Amino acid sequence: MCAHYARSVETSPTMAECGRVDSHTMDKSITLPPDEIFRNLENAKRFAIDIGGSLTKLAYYSTVKHKVAKVRSFDHSTKEAASDKLYEISVQEEVTARLHFIKFENAYIETCLDFIKDHLVNTETKVIKATGGGAHKFKVLIERKLGLKVDKEDEMSCLIKGCNFVLKNIPHEAFVYAKHADSEFRFQTTDPDIFPYLLVNIGSGVSIAKVESEDKFERIGGSSIGGGTFWGLGALLTKTKRFDELLQLASKGQHSSVDMLVKDIYGGSYGYLGLTGDLIASSFGKSATADKEFSKEDMAKSLLHMISNDIGQLACLYARLHNLSRVYFGGFFIRGHPLTMHTITYSINFFTKGEVQALFLRHEGYLGAIGAFLKGAEEDNPNQYSWGENYAGSSGLMSVSPDMYPMQRARSGTFDMLEMDRLDRQLVNLPLLQEPSSYIPDTVDLTEDAPAREYWLFCFEDALDGVVKRAVASQPDMPEAAVRAEKFRQKYRHKLQTLRYQPFAYGSLTVRSLLDTREHCLNEFNFPDPYSKIKERENDVALKYYQKVVKSLEELSWEDRQFALVRGVLAGNVFDWGAKAVSDVLESDPEFGFEQAKRQLEERPWLVDSYDQWLERLKGPPHKCALLFVDNSGVDIILGVMPLVRELLSRGTEVVLASNSGPALNDVTNGELQILTERIAAMDPVIQSGLRDDRLTLVQNGSSSPCLDLSRLDKALAMVVRERKTDLVIIEGMGRAIHTNYFATLSCESLKLAVIKNSWLADRLGGKLFSVVFKYEVPAGKPSQEAAVLTP
Amino acid sequence: MRHRRDSREDGETSGDTCRKGQTQTMTSSFPWFGMDIGGTLVKLVYFEPKDITAEEEQEEVENLKSIRRYLTSNIAYGTTGIRDVHLELQDLTLCGRKGNLHFIRFPTHDLPVFLQMGRNKHFSSLHTTLCATGGGAYKFENDFRTMADLQLHKLDELDCLVRGVLYIDSVMSSGPSECYYFENPTDPDHCVQKPYLLENPYPLLLVNIGSGVSILAVYSENNYKRVTGTSLGGGTFLGLCCLLTGCSTFEEALEMASEGESTRVDKLVRDIYGGDYERFGLPGWAVASSFGNMMSKEKRESVSKEDLARATLVTITNNIGSITRMCALNENIERVVFVGNFLRVNTLSMKLLAYAMDYWSKGQLKALFLRHEGYFGAVGALLELLHPS
Repeated sequence: MCAHYARSVETSPTMAECGRVDSHTMDKSITLPPDEIFRNLENAKRFAIDIGGSLTKLAYYSTVKHKVAKVRSFDHSTKEAASDKLYEISVQEEVTARLHFIKFENAYIETCLDFIKDHLVNTETKVIKATGGGAHKFKVLIERKLGLKVDKEDEMSCLIKGCNFVLKNIPHEAFVYAKHADSEFRFQTTDPDIFPYLLVNIGSGVSIAKVESEDKFERIGGSSIGGGTFWGLGALLTKTKRFDELLQLASKGQHSSVDMLVKDIYGGSYGYLGLTGDLIASSFGKSATADKEFSKEDMAKSLLHMISNDIGQLACLYARLHNLSRVYFGGFFIRGHPLTMHTITYSINFFTKGEVQALFLRHEGYLGAIGAFLKGAEEDNPNQYSWGENYAGSSGLMSVSPDMYPMQRARSGTFDMLEMDRLDRQLVNLPLLQEPSSYIPDTVDLTEDAPAREYWLFCFEDALDGVVKRAVASQPDMPEAAVRAEKFRQKYRHKLQTLRYQPFAYGSLTVRSLLDTREHCLNEFNFPDPYSKIKERENDVALKYYQKVVKSLEELSWEDRQFALVRGVLAGNVFDWGAKAVSDVLESDPEFGFEQAKRQLEERPWLVDSYDQWLERLKGPPHKCALLFVDNSGVDIILGVMPLVRELLSRGTEVVLASNSGPALNDVTNGELQILTERIAAMDPVIQSGLRDDRLTLVQNGSSSPCLDLSRLDKALAMVVRERKTDLVIIEGMGRAIHTNYFATLSCESLKLAVIKNSWLADRLGGKLFSVVFKYEVPAGKPSQEAAVLTP
Repeated sequence: MRHRRDSREDGETSGDTCRKGQTQTMTSSFPWFGMDIGGTLVKLVYFEPKDITAEEEQEEVENLKSIRRYLTSNIAYGTTGIRDVHLELQDLTLCGRKGNLHFIRFPTHDLPVFLQMGRNKHFSSLHTTLCATGGGAYKFENDFRTMADLQLHKLDELDCLVRGVLYIDSVMSSGPSECYYFENPTDPDHCVQKPYLLENPYPLLLVNIGSGVSILAVYSENNYKRVTGTSLGGGTFLGLCCLLTGCSTFEEALEMASEGESTRVDKLVRDIYGGDYERFGLPGWAVASSFGNMMSKEKRESVSKEDLARATLVTITNNIGSITRMCALNENIERVVFVGNFLRVNTLSMKLLAYAMDYWSKGQLKALFLRHEGYFGAVGALLELLHPS
């Protein structure tokens, strides 16, 4: 008789999203647009597939041929190369690695497999890594269709591998869900150290894993009451078959008509224990006493609360036992459903009294596929690289809330994509960040600031025509450029529209993310550097004035020179094709000169003005080493920044010039800067000796963005900064010093200087167009020689 | 042991005060009741004095006599009131008086009937204080006053519960053991109920499974804390069973559960992995997803009401087991006492809990049960009447 008791209790072998056996029909009518769905399939290798209860996630690695703009110096020693060009710009093909992840409904699996088979060229691939509850069910089909051997991987370890990967490589991956806040999604800054954490996967059952390092995790517990319980019990109680329909019902129900609340027993609250009257004392407690009928909605709601609370409670008990405060939730029960994220968040808040926050992941649905893929790609050693989310090729987070905007309802049933590019360089924190774990690059979070969001979305949409025009103009020899530019326009406009309704799609929406998305889209349509020719012309003109500028500076007294140098950098910064107000002036009046720019500048006192402190500091001993993040090409770098570099070198300060690895707007790239510096060195012995003695170093920052994320910089840069004992960081320009890093605190002296070239932003900051920000800061408790207390 | 002897000595001393008190105040004049009004059931304990002297008999007012006769001569009251005769404690010395302690229960929704009866029997004329605990003591306080002219002395339910458990355990040293456990809980063929001597009871985890569940860590008679609770309790079992099977009573639901097979409803580890999930040490028989098979339409159509009742019972019971085990780990307590009316005539759940505690803790945790499972709150309330703490 006791035989029955030999089963049971907690557990649940995980996220096995139970096969939705009901819907088995294969939809073959769908036609797949190869441009958009399984992209770059011809170069694909290393497949992985994660088949869940209703969704399939496919992963593959492929290489993408990219047009990249390269600059190459002419050999000026020979006569024949002495053209009127400063340097040679060539567009070359570069092959980069990209990870593709595609999510689609299981109903399409057969169509998709056929499609892959038809388009797959690479024959090296012999196996496909598979995970998920459905992997078993579809094994034969996959092997038959693709002719690949299905190699099954453990689900839990795939999930965790995937989770580590996204946490490390995707900024703003994790978020806290707050239903009633201005912005439902509050993205978390990523602590460089992601471990340890708790992963609670709510599939048909619940699995709880403690992850301690890349290779070490342990399944510490679980529960059999999970998504399958909600679905199964819900189907029995409400005769509603589908999971989403059950959630829909629940969203409309009142649980208090089914549950016995504390106030139903006490008449009010249980004050002695601090239990409020609305607390559920007994789930479904009222359905035990009355003979009445209960509505489907109310039962579904009660069931949802019962299960969410139970999971939350167990998660808290495990978190407490193992002393963990980071708890991530995933699994099909969570997957983008605002309702379950809300009930789980509520439960965690209740049981931990707010001490632990429930965290969710933007790419939660892909974790298994990513993990399975990584397991198969170990020989490529993907973990030794940094990867970046490609905003052009990724769908972004789509809320599945039915109340959400209709455009996404239509697509939720189809295909969702994530693409990640392998970055050339490994990215790390700037070692001089005061607190890496709380560093937020962006000054304004447009996800939370609705008026700012409105403005910037409008601004970027408004500027789109100009960008398209410039893109076409940058490739005069290519007749199909106009077609590509048009595709770019559509793509970017669509992104902007999506972001208008779902500003959280790619994490916190910021000016930086809008700029980066535009760069990604331009690259996608092979416009690697629309400004290359403009930059070249500007550089050329500016170089001609270099010696004159230096000479006039030399003639000034020391104190006057310091001020002139700063004004020079600021005036140079007015030259910026990235800012609309400026590009208008520049395009209408090409004669707009350096001197004119200086006259445009605001007179002191500036909007933010700590120049006096800076000057006092300069009267003291020289800095050991200055790290300078540069901005625009042309006048900015050559007539503004270089004279300052020269002055610093003359003072005995080493200088590290950090420029973009790849093109973005008219920002000077590392390649261009190499050539420019050589040219200047030929004219200027100070720069020349600086280069020769290794006191002037050029490094790349690892990014191709007009903004600057100090938590994702080239590892080599970080090394130089450390070796040189850098004690001054200068950040120049609106993108790097105002849109980002305005509030960044460093552990050494820092100088942020920029001219505000956007009237809306100027307004916001209490200034006007061409207001100046000159923000010199000395870290607290580390007063430099003469530096007095600084005004903010 | 020391704790128990101490408390007994306390009892004797307070017994003296008690008798003195009797002459001074009305506090402990008969009848002696303790009441616990829960979300589902009202639990009533009644002390029937057997040492009434002829003199007292003479003085005993008619109302009091009639109440005593009514309660002790029946085992059922109305259609729903029941006296659990098998739990009756005979020849008990309480506050210096000898007598029998009776245990009576009826559904909370029949409380108006009870109040009507109190009114008919002129209960209020006895000028007794009615000590009551449970949420209903608060919710129905006004009804007691208006319908039966009775003033309730309200007591905290967890105070009463702890006091009741410790008292009953202390007076049960003779006769059938109050506390018991299941020997060989993981071996179905040799799983048998054995008496357990609850010496040095502290610290202990006290899990009270009523409509909902409260989990207490008890460190001494006066030192305990509520660790947590869950809304998945006896009320959930019955509520879901009523919805899923159309049954209407706890007994009916249990009866069905005993005839059902939960593995047709639940998805087991072996249903997913074909056997054990060895990597994580999960046996194939473990439930992976409660009601997980019910995601499939065909399977929904093939299960019986009995299967559903059984699955509900197993789900709720195992979940309580899980939470309890985590609390025991967090509080570092190895002994767990399960009480509450969910366990009444529910050997299925008790064995499941015994199994779960033993299996998942690898023998570290022991599940203990008490015969008077649901009555401790009411006993605590009665003790409060006799010697207020």
